[in-house]
Amino acid sequence: MADMRTPLAKVRGLGSAKDGTMHFWHSRVTSVAAIPLTLFFLVLVISLNGATYQEVRATFANPLVSVLTLATLLIIVWHMKLGMQVIIEDYIFAERMKWTLLMLNSFFTGVLALVSIFALLKMAFGA
Amino acid sequence: MTNVTQKRPLSPHLQIYKFTPTFLMSGFHRVTGFGLYFGALLIVWWLMAAASGEAYFAWVSGIFGSWFGLFVLFCFSWALVHHLLGGIKHLAWDIGYGFEKERSTRIAQLQIVSSVVLTIAVWIIGYLWA
Repeated sequence: MADMRTPLAKVRGLGSAKDGTMHFWHSRVTSVAAIPLTLFFLVLVISLNGATYQEVRATFANPLVSVLTLATLLIIVWHMKLGMQVIIEDYIFAERMKWTLLMLNSFFTGVLALVSIFALLKMAFGA
Repeated sequence: MTNVTQKRPLSPHLQIYKFTPTFLMSGFHRVTGFGLYFGALLIVWWLMAAASGEAYFAWVSGIFGSWFGLFVLFCFSWALVHHLLGGIKHLAWDIGYGFEKERSTRIAQLQIVSSVVLTIAVWIIGYLWA
């Protein structure tokens, strides 16, 4: 049976998801936040080179260090999720594979964020 | 519909562009971002090891301190520095600065050189500190 609908009618309403600008904006906001946080983290790692286990734990028991490290990890993980989403959408055209990878992206970054929060809070509260 | 999609001609892309520093840095930005995505596991693993206990932390530190661990960490740190510099460049471009042809080419050349120099500097400082 021939499809009587015009090509235009078939694509109407299939335009943008209307949230691309917010994705772009979140990517910029997280990148701006990540600049000083990454520099902080680099300095932290350098200062911990050659440190003993007790010194590392003492450093992460400091509230300022643990809050800044937590901010670094969460901002970067968010930025990672946005970036990987763009890569998936740019190269993967098979719908099922695309959805699967987008889901895995959410799971992977979600797990990284959770483990970071758990590890840093555990060290901060001294357990 | 499937047939229509298969017969549709593809516009030429990567293979027709002239190879330029800005083109190369654009690719590097995406590739380093992709690598850092998985490299973040190293950071989270290290934090988790520190939170887990002394014995496990010592084991993980041993892996990170091996020649292979150091090699991976060096590549990770270079990717981080390169992506950081590229990100700053992109933010400048976003507000309309540095988009001129000669200038953007110059920035791209500067970026690759400074990312390597800065990464080596970070490692030298790290070892002088310890």
